[in-house]
Amino acid sequence: MAAVGDTLPKLLMANAQRYGHRRTAIREKEYGIWQAYSWAQYLEQVKDLALGLARLGFQRDDKLAIIGDNRPQLYWALVAAEALGGMPVPIYQDAIATEVQYVIDHSDARVVLAEDQEQVDKVLEIRDKLPKVEYVIYDDPKGMRHYSFPFLLSFAQVQEQGRIFGQSHPGYVEEAVHEGQGEDLAIINYTSGTTGVPKGVMLTHRNLIATAESYLQVDLLSARDEIMAYLPMAWIGDTFFSVVLSFLTGAAVNCPEDTATVRQDFREIGPTMTFAPPRIWENLLSQVQVKIGDAGVLQRTLCKMFLSVGMQAATQRMEGKPGSLGLRLLTQLGEWLVYGPLRDQLGLRRLRAATTGGAAIGPEVIQFFRAIGVNLKQLYGMTECSAPATVQRDNAVKLDSTGPCIPEVEVKISDSGEVLLRGPGLFVGYYKAPEATNIAFTDGWLATGDAGFLDPDGHLVIIDRVKDVSHLIEGSVFAPQYIENRLKFSSYIKEAVAVGHARPYVVAMINIDLEIVGHWAEKRDIPYSSYADLAQKPEVYGLILQEIQRVNASLNAPLRIKQFVILHKELDPDDAEITRTRKLRRRFVYDKYQEIIDAMYAEGVPEVKVRATVTYEDGRTSEIGRSLKISAVGDGGA
Amino acid sequence: MVFCCNGPPSKSERTHIMLGNGRHPQLQVQDIHIGFGGLRALQGVSVDVHEGEIVAIIGPNGAGKTTLLNAISGVHHPSQGRILLDGQDRTFIPPSRVATLGIARTFQNVALFRGMSVLDNIMVGRHCHMRAGVLSAGFFWGLAQREEIRHRATVERIIDFLEINHLRKASAGTLPYGLQKRVELGRALAAEPKLLLLDEPMAGMNLEEKEDMARFILDVNDEWGTTIMLIEHDMGVVMDISHSIVVLDHGEKIAEGTPDDVRTDPVVVRAYLGEDTEGKRGG
Repeated sequence: MAAVGDTLPKLLMANAQRYGHRRTAIREKEYGIWQAYSWAQYLEQVKDLALGLARLGFQRDDKLAIIGDNRPQLYWALVAAEALGGMPVPIYQDAIATEVQYVIDHSDARVVLAEDQEQVDKVLEIRDKLPKVEYVIYDDPKGMRHYSFPFLLSFAQVQEQGRIFGQSHPGYVEEAVHEGQGEDLAIINYTSGTTGVPKGVMLTHRNLIATAESYLQVDLLSARDEIMAYLPMAWIGDTFFSVVLSFLTGAAVNCPEDTATVRQDFREIGPTMTFAPPRIWENLLSQVQVKIGDAGVLQRTLCKMFLSVGMQAATQRMEGKPGSLGLRLLTQLGEWLVYGPLRDQLGLRRLRAATTGGAAIGPEVIQFFRAIGVNLKQLYGMTECSAPATVQRDNAVKLDSTGPCIPEVEVKISDSGEVLLRGPGLFVGYYKAPEATNIAFTDGWLATGDAGFLDPDGHLVIIDRVKDVSHLIEGSVFAPQYIENRLKFSSYIKEAVAVGHARPYVVAMINIDLEIVGHWAEKRDIPYSSYADLAQKPEVYGLILQEIQRVNASLNAPLRIKQFVILHKELDPDDAEITRTRKLRRRFVYDKYQEIIDAMYAEGVPEVKVRATVTYEDGRTSEIGRSLKISAVGDGGA
Repeated sequence: MVFCCNGPPSKSERTHIMLGNGRHPQLQVQDIHIGFGGLRALQGVSVDVHEGEIVAIIGPNGAGKTTLLNAISGVHHPSQGRILLDGQDRTFIPPSRVATLGIARTFQNVALFRGMSVLDNIMVGRHCHMRAGVLSAGFFWGLAQREEIRHRATVERIIDFLEINHLRKASAGTLPYGLQKRVELGRALAAEPKLLLLDEPMAGMNLEEKEDMARFILDVNDEWGTTIMLIEHDMGVVMDISHSIVVLDHGEKIAEGTPDDVRTDPVVVRAYLGEDTEGKRGG
């Protein structure tokens, strides 16, 4: 499909002309009802806001910081900034004030759009440290009655003033849009980065549109499709699906009512295409498992039986075999009795294709969803290449690969085993960080920092971050993430940290999954008061020990985990231990938990005392002291 | 100002006149007496509440706090004294008519319809505003349908306000206690009251739930200017959110005034917080 415009605002204008009021562009559930906006209304809203911004002095190349949950108003703002030739800078809505401050200040944003009181408070708290910000706009007026600052304006107010401004400046926005070109910057996405400060990835309209066009050759979308916009707006994955793909194809975007209602909203909309990080699929699977466990005998037996049938069928399909007649008949029966109703409950019934990426996903998660008839595929990509680079094709899904490249994108493996990418989506550079930009490119190829290889079918397999791959003392290659992923595939383990660099053997620190392990404990009448309490229960240690032994069985002898502790707290982005997209900030975590790691290597130490600083949601910190048991993993039982 | 029964205004009444900017009190409780058999629950209590105020009633157990709220909401009728709402005598209104006069309340023990959804529970609060007849409502046609849509919109606004969107369809009985209290507040708000009576809205809550509830109470007062009378034992909350405080003990009003006045009043400290006054502020 050839794009009808080389910038996102041009695509929007074309859609408004083509679909007018006949098709829905974006919906939001508010006051219990899905409120729909047509393409014509979408454009109207964007124009009013753009005029309002222009009246506030927002010009070409200016930046608009956007912070909040997925709301149509926030998407309008994103496009409005682009319409004027400026750039939106979306920020993670759960970022703490200091992170917000860094991004707003570093990006030179002149205007900040904050969704609601919570976000406005965050901005006001750091207001003194944001000398470049001239205006703060808020969308949701709830609780804002007594806020009166000259620089604080409501979204409605800005649009209202925009309409007045528009009367004296007819054609203002249209002209600005026409001046825009594909090579203009479309967005600056700050990647949370596993090392150092966040970096602002600059992407052009052409980057985004060309990548989306390539992607559409693999997974076709149309104006009849429904997408759910529920991933953080600051993540390129959301921009890619909820803005770029939607604009290119006319697919409707649906914003949930609230973060707590996503599951219900999902079911009400029944999206036809969805992208979700592994975490979400894993959660869905765990919840299904818990529900099945709690169900009556008949349902439980039926589910168990047909899920194993489905797994068999899915495995055969993945291997390209048609399967025996008996299996096919059973699968059809399963579709009526189990798979269909299950997909319906999960809101996945209308799903044509589902993709996952951003982290490794457990093979049994993929198998489960494919067994119940969800076309779940892995993709690989990163912000620096405008989201997707490789994606699995329908009917050519492998459990461990991320699939072959999308058209126009090339991948090769460097001599050091690093994955290199080339294609139309390669970013322009990091904002105000030319050195980092230079490091990212080698001879026109993007150095992803990921270690991986291409399998015989040309599918990309990712192993770990290049800089994390190291050696044990005795020489074995140690890829911590590979081991951690194996651990995290267990539904009881939420996060894992493997240590082994220049050490005699491998040890691990574990975060249990509070929900699943909590449920497990309740079933066994094990009382617990909190995460920290549950984590130190001997029974829980026993449970995790079994999981580790299972993982050990699949690892080469030198790489087997010898000791482990279950941490007293969950790794948290607010403590800078993982990024907002839940990637481990390895160096930081190694340093922070040095004492625990050392204790694990000091043979025969039964427990380790820790004093940890915990950051609460409101930013306060406090110290807690605990002692953690160290458990050895014997060779037996594996 | 009319102080027909009590002669010249007392000191506390003067404070109130100042607080209310000289406006007529919205609610006047004048010298009411209520007894249950030999127990004299209220003995000559007078309270003035001005529009837009948050008034807390405090006092030890058995002081007559709930009885006072019950008298205002028509559950109990005083044997003596008068209750005036907007200057009109409402002493003997039956509880069934209270809501139509713009008074709504919540209860000490949560009183929700456990089997009904959160949405329906709050919708019940709209009952006093529903006008459709049996026929129209029976066929859900004409007025009844239009009305339902209008009421649903109001209820949805309250659901949004109280941040319970995700619980809209959940059955009320399955919710944790703190949320049930919130739903109950929602039902009271649905009546769009001028005067909201809250009987221990934070009892049995943890700190976080209390903070949430305190914020909602302040927001209700702020957003809609609703006058609020509440009974609460948590002194921290009471001192933080109320404009004025009425202290009852053994059915009598022993003090009244701003949180600062009450906090330092030796009579209150002795009666309510105990004899040991050194640096104690209750809690």
